[in-house]
Amino acid sequence: MSDNKKNKFKISDYLADITDFVKSAKPKENASANFDEVMGEATDGFPRPELLGKIPDSEARTESSSGSAWNALNNQESSGRRDFLMKAGVFAGAAALLSGANDAEARTTWAEWFQGNYRLMSDKERKESVKRLEARYTEEYGKKTFVDDMPAEKDVLFGYALNIQKCIGCRRCVKACVKENNQSRQDPEIEWIRVIRMEKGTFNKGDMDKGYSGLSGEKHGIQVGGFAHKPAGVVLEGQHYYDPKLVPEKDAFYFPIQCQQCEKPPCVKVCPVRTTYRDPDGIVVIDYNWCIGCRMCMGACPYWARRFNWGPPNLSKEEMNPKTHYFGNRPRMNGVVEKCTFCLQRTRRGRYTACVEVCPVGARKFGNLLDPNSEVRKVLDRKKVFRLRVDLNTYPKFFYFID
Amino acid sequence: MSIRSIIYFGIDLFICSWRGSLFYYGWLAFLGFFIMLAVWGNFEQLTKGMIVTNLNDQVTWGMYLSNFVFLVGVAAAAVTIVFPAYFLKNKHMKHVVVLGEIVAIAAVIMCLLFVVNHMGRPDRAWHMTPSWLPVPIFHGIYNWPNSMLTWDVIVLNGYLALNVFCAFYYMYMKYLGREVNKLIYLPVVYLACVWALSIHTVTAFLINTMPARPMWHHSILPIKFITTAFAAGPSLIIIAFSIIKKVTKFEIGKEVFDFLSKVVLWCLGIALFLILSELVTEFYANTEHSFSLRYLVTGMYGLWGLVPWFWTAMVLMIGGFVLLLIPKIRKNLMLLPFICGMVFVGIWIDKGMGFVIPGFIPSPIGEFSEYTPSLIEIVNSLGNWAVGFMVFTMLAKCAIAISTGEVRYRDPKSIVTQSVDPPSFKGGGTPPWQSGRWGA
Repeated sequence: MSDNKKNKFKISDYLADITDFVKSAKPKENASANFDEVMGEATDGFPRPELLGKIPDSEARTESSSGSAWNALNNQESSGRRDFLMKAGVFAGAAALLSGANDAEARTTWAEWFQGNYRLMSDKERKESVKRLEARYTEEYGKKTFVDDMPAEKDVLFGYALNIQKCIGCRRCVKACVKENNQSRQDPEIEWIRVIRMEKGTFNKGDMDKGYSGLSGEKHGIQVGGFAHKPAGVVLEGQHYYDPKLVPEKDAFYFPIQCQQCEKPPCVKVCPVRTTYRDPDGIVVIDYNWCIGCRMCMGACPYWARRFNWGPPNLSKEEMNPKTHYFGNRPRMNGVVEKCTFCLQRTRRGRYTACVEVCPVGARKFGNLLDPNSEVRKVLDRKKVFRLRVDLNTYPKFFYFID
Repeated sequence: MSIRSIIYFGIDLFICSWRGSLFYYGWLAFLGFFIMLAVWGNFEQLTKGMIVTNLNDQVTWGMYLSNFVFLVGVAAAAVTIVFPAYFLKNKHMKHVVVLGEIVAIAAVIMCLLFVVNHMGRPDRAWHMTPSWLPVPIFHGIYNWPNSMLTWDVIVLNGYLALNVFCAFYYMYMKYLGREVNKLIYLPVVYLACVWALSIHTVTAFLINTMPARPMWHHSILPIKFITTAFAAGPSLIIIAFSIIKKVTKFEIGKEVFDFLSKVVLWCLGIALFLILSELVTEFYANTEHSFSLRYLVTGMYGLWGLVPWFWTAMVLMIGGFVLLLIPKIRKNLMLLPFICGMVFVGIWIDKGMGFVIPGFIPSPIGEFSEYTPSLIEIVNSLGNWAVGFMVFTMLAKCAIAISTGEVRYRDPKSIVTQSVDPPSFKGGGTPPWQSGRWGA
């Protein structure tokens, strides 16, 4: 943890979480060797983490070219061989699980099952775990897949700022997020970002006298907002199932929410096995291989940011993004919780999150809160900023602002 | 106390629990039917994932945790028998104390089954083994003391262990025809009494320490849990005792029913008062924080799935309370089990689906979405209840057989001499080693 943060919050506030950070506070060295070798060319044009604060304004950036080198790499492998591998793998795996035969798939499953909590592993065990996952995903999705294990860096505290004045509710961020982060596409359909449509006018003459009828049946002339007696539109203050032909709509503004990456996350506190914790760069991560699926964190989250894999995720080979991170967008399994990680597979490598890159109006800003020249810090210094549910003392690092 | 007697104890318990009248077999088969259904249900859920339930990202806890919360209370309520037996020195309660402990064992086993059903990855349950335990491969990590769930795991398993010890030690000593060693037994019993309160308190803390769910986030919850538990638990015990009294020779004094029904009466009264307090507090100001309760009591935005359940619970609880207030009815042992059934069902609704589910409606961002359990959830829940009833039936049958002396330890030597034909003695008459002519 940096000095800046110590100044901002009292250390006693962190008493509850102190044990979590003792082990994870030290950055791991040489952790990213294999990723760098492979990623040397693939990260072309994208700034390194140390340059993050100096990234030019996101509106002025060029379109992302992510994945182009990867597609070339993947297409070299013939699809026939891939299919054969897949089928062989599935059958052999199922058989091996039942018979205990000597098969790579079964061995991977068993090894993963006995794998410890990531923070308790030695560097060697971590490397082995990542290798195992890479082999498994490569076979399962027929694509050369890389699992990064880049740890949090020193003097970095990620923050996010969202301009609700600019947001037009197009949901491109939602789609980009799903594409980047390998969410299950259907059954269950998982989206980490929700855009809530908020009604502009709260005074609507048509709703007069529909508010409180009262026991006496007397008309009070009270109206309690445009949403007082709407049919069960299922949402209270706004709703996230809106589906107009064109956005933005005249009578609405939009309010995207996702994981707020709290400094004092309630979800971390309730997790019985410490599978979810706050990394030193401020991102609340989940070790998917350690989650027991108890869903305490989903109950504790006041922002409805967490999603559960109710069934085995459905992610097609074509749609799978092979540039993954252990704590980020690697494909998840049945029965574990997931959520927004600020695209740490990108941001820890000095890139923007997918949602920031895709936003057509530049409503989303991202950067290092410890760097006074970063975009986020500039927003905090100059704009009118607020956070959600400050009464709960969660200290989100997701800021909303208006110009 | 020898190894041999312990082995015989085990064998005799096994034989006793699997032998009985036709009615007994019928009852076990009835329960077995639901258990087999649950085997199918669990297979479906484990292979296809939690998607076979109707749970979703809005309502993440459902029928499983509802039953869990309720059954923790039933487990804790065993203390209403153990406490008067050993603290108040009530003779009649002492006579039935082992049955109270068996209720606790069965209830905690059901709790654990429901938790396992609730988990997305039950195969990873070993992740909860504390890292300081000297277990070679399973090297877990435990978020203790931060996570309330870890506290709950500790107290529930501890409570199970304490009650298994108490019940089996008591039965074993009775089996040998001896009195319990008070130096060993009583400290454990006293500890179990305190522990019983802890399991329900911790379960309440598990739920009410989440400000994200305003319906649960108030300090009335632990005491409300305890009072409803001490109304529902003794109700179940009264029903079980009534049946035991009818189908076995085991004597259960009138005083036991009198005491337990008084406990039900007072705890139910306090619980109703606490419910009233909650309703007034929330409904008077009617802030957004009371939307969950409004959804439960009156329905909101055209959604009212839980409203009939809530009012049924209220009618049952208030009706049961009023009936119990009349001494003539309360002391009528024919009517009492039915009134207790009302109270039991009422609290099961109020504390289960009337409490856990509306906590998620609306979701933190204000989304109202209804939840009804799926077939698999119902099947699995019934199966878990059947397992609990089966455990209770079998253990209670053993305990009763031991208490009435039907099953007791026979000296193996005497069994051997009886079974072997007496060797013929040439001289005729009683052989000298039996007639005592050889001295000794």
